[in-house]
Amino acid sequence: MAKPGLDGHDRGAKVVARALRDAGMEVIYAGLRQTPEDIVEAAVEEDVDLIGLSILSGAHMVLFPRVLQLLKARKASEIKVFAGGIIPDEDARKLKQMGIRAIFGPGTSLQAIVDAARQLAGKRAS
Amino acid sequence: MKKGVPGPRSRERPPSRPTARLSPVARQIVSGDRRALGRLISDVEAGRTEARTVLKELHSRAGKALVVGLSGPLGVGKSSLVNRLLQHLKGLGRRVGVIAVDPSSPFSGGAVLGDRVRIDRDPSDPSVFFRSMASRGHPGGLSQSTREVIRLLEAFGMDTILVETVGSGQVDVEIHSIASTRMVVLVPHLGDEVQTLKAGLFEIADIFVVNKSDLPGADRAARDLSELAQLSTPVDGWRPQVVQTSTLAPSGIVELWNAVEAHEQALRSGTQLRARLTERADQELRSLLLARVQESLDQELRPTPGWETLVSAVVDRTSDPYTASEKAYRLLLRCL
Repeated sequence: MAKPGLDGHDRGAKVVARALRDAGMEVIYAGLRQTPEDIVEAAVEEDVDLIGLSILSGAHMVLFPRVLQLLKARKASEIKVFAGGIIPDEDARKLKQMGIRAIFGPGTSLQAIVDAARQLAGKRAS
Repeated sequence: MKKGVPGPRSRERPPSRPTARLSPVARQIVSGDRRALGRLISDVEAGRTEARTVLKELHSRAGKALVVGLSGPLGVGKSSLVNRLLQHLKGLGRRVGVIAVDPSSPFSGGAVLGDRVRIDRDPSDPSVFFRSMASRGHPGGLSQSTREVIRLLEAFGMDTILVETVGSGQVDVEIHSIASTRMVVLVPHLGDEVQTLKAGLFEIADIFVVNKSDLPGADRAARDLSELAQLSTPVDGWRPQVVQTSTLAPSGIVELWNAVEAHEQALRSGTQLRARLTERADQELRSLLLARVQESLDQELRPTPGWETLVSAVVDRTSDPYTASEKAYRLLLRCL
């Protein structure tokens, strides 16, 4: 769970991290002001199943594709990415086409996020 | 850096040993493949048998790193200290693996692993590998596979391993049997000198760190700990040292690392090292054997009619559980 870029609002990411914990998942909380490089390196070292990006700054069209691109470069494309925050519908459509698996806007229930995370992480292949 | 402490001075990887006979995964690890290391650690945590095979292959390549434990109550600044130590160690040209353990929820099994938040480093720097681990119900402040992960990091080429335990209570002292130098991290105003007399955490320290020493009361805390250290019996001429640090300024980080190196020197020139390693190997062998016996019990003995008969006999009170367990023990020996 990470906040990419210059964005100081981490309440949402913390609430989601806690909900995933309560659903029995192990959440690496990477916190604020992470570069896409920071996030992908953390994902590789921690060998996560799923990256959650939270963003309110409006820079999603730059930062999200960069995360996907770096994952590919690290041969880690099987790590899935989902996101939440303030993301206009039109951008959300484009981001999903690029490979962001799910995008949650304001008012999404925690249960919907937990269900999506569970489904995306699935059973990992050994 | 003082003489006699192991570890390359340059950022070069240590000279490589032949890898031709290694399995593909083991070869990826010794050649520095970070993705492969991350994945293998997960496999080890999950107890997969393929991971056991790789651990066997890599065992002879481990055992040379300096393993430093950091324990202490939650919120004293262990992760922030790791961050400052990483910056210092980078300057010394050391290759550092970090294992940061945080607790799993006893209720949901989930965990929020938050130690990474404190770490400020260049993500492209290959001389650091940071891995968070959830305790997954394992008591003692570590996780079940911490020892194995240390070995993997060593085989990967790290010469220094920092192990940060769960924010520990008074009895979470398992780090004692894993690290060669143990820091206990405290802060001012945690309690009076009577606290320092209590058993447990205070007994395992090679170095006491009074962190947040920018706060008032730090000198008093350091003095209380020094008095405690003076009372302890020296081992290989080493009495616990007390170092004051602050991760804000920062201050005391160089002194802290110098104390670690001084302790390693004392260990290496003393007589206790072999005894410690023997004790550690004895413990590990014992716990692996117990796990093996447990497996036979659950997978081979319990599914048999003989076991069911014994259980029924106890339920029907035709046998007492003590006699039944003696009989079961003889059955188990046949399974092994």
